Amino acid sequence: MNYYESKDLARFAEVGKFRKELMDKFFDYYGEATGTDGALTKREKALIGLAIAHFKQCPYCIEAYTTQCLENGANPDQMTEAVHVASSLAAGMILVHGVQMQNVLMKHDAM
Amino acid sequence: MTETQTEYSFEAALNKHHLFLKPLSLETLQINITKLCNQACLHCHVDSSPKRTEQMDERTITRVLAILAAHDEIKKLDITGGAPELNPYFDFVVKEARKLGKHVMVRHNLTVQFDGNPQTGESKEYLPEFFAEHRVEVISSLPYYQEFYTDKQRGLGVFKKSIDAMRRLNDVGYGKPDSDLMFNLVYNPVGAFLPAAQANLEADYKRELQEKFGLTFNNLFTITNMPIHRFAESLKRRGGYEEYMEKLVNAFNPAAAEGVMCRSLISVGFDGRLYDCDFNQMLEMQVKTGVNGSSRTRTIFDFDAPDLLQRNILFDAHCYGCTAGAGSSCGGTTA
Repeated sequence: MNYYESKDLARFAEVGKFRKELMDKFFDYYGEATGTDGALTKREKALIGLAIAHFKQCPYCIEAYTTQCLENGANPDQMTEAVHVASSLAAGMILVHGVQMQNVLMKHDAM
Repeated sequence: MTETQTEYSFEAALNKHHLFLKPLSLETLQINITKLCNQACLHCHVDSSPKRTEQMDERTITRVLAILAAHDEIKKLDITGGAPELNPYFDFVVKEARKLGKHVMVRHNLTVQFDGNPQTGESKEYLPEFFAEHRVEVISSLPYYQEFYTDKQRGLGVFKKSIDAMRRLNDVGYGKPDSDLMFNLVYNPVGAFLPAAQANLEADYKRELQEKFGLTFNNLFTITNMPIHRFAESLKRRGGYEEYMEKLVNAFNPAAAEGVMCRSLISVGFDGRLYDCDFNQMLEMQVKTGVNGSSRTRTIFDFDAPDLLQRNILFDAHCYGCTAGAGSSCGGTTA
């Protein structure tokens, strides 16, 4: 058995078996935030979702948002750029901590 | 009842939503005049290819024209295939139907202009001028505005050839803002997913084709891939058939169902048999009229308009393809 099974995504709503009202609130919020055209189009939201899915490395979300991007007219060029945005932010988040490293180096008079 | 119908009952969905989809009119006669095609596309529900030999013969074509002449209520003739231009009577049926005052639409795959007839070598380069002379509406499949998806679905080199063919159509006035020569494009997904919103994709196509190639067209029709024949086989090979069917079933839209094309169309096979649509034709689900015991199949040779308007349209699991999301038909979305 794998920890992540693709078919489990379809069972997401079953989390609402207990305290269903909380899950209902989540689905309403989620649907409104991601599934409607607003100031951002559904396609733009899908590309943001795809970037976050990669950043958080959630297999369910990567599958769902790859499909979501396709069904909103995004193409592989756009989707790959979204993944690079996530990837470069992740790299930047590591690199910017180099400032912390330099602070400590200075504290030790080692820089 | 087929195996798929049992598992994915379309009738059950109609009943659940209290929908009774009876025929509304016979506005369009759609004729599939050949299974021969210069291409062999992954999604093709007709399983067309350069090797197919089925052709509508002169007798059947003549009968189609007689039916058009006798029925004012049939306003449109929709000619499809295969590549319909590869039927030897294609030019004849177009000219005669136009003389009868019918609106003629041709499902033109673009590349046949350059490839010609794969079996005889006959050139089809004259088509843009021929279409324009006879004021034919041209409807062409272009799976995407980029090369990658188009060639993946329709074969290597098809995108470049399609662009050149579109330019020739634009040059004779098709798809131009000041022209009444209608040139519409058809999008269908490259794989097992639903089409994006038609209006959004149309805007993308118009912007990209104009900016990159200086090309124009009128409307984009989005069409859902039908889970039958070649596309169904490819889904099954990859283990994705059930997932795709569930996607279609879950996306059932009653509003889209109300507008399905089979309510205003009769489809004619190359041998003259009648069907509710081109998909039923490929599944050999022939139109039947009359009540239970006396019901019988129909052909163009015993075409009976009042009887056809009373028929029960035949549905099966593939019909979920026409009712998913915003709906799908030969003219795009239906909801």
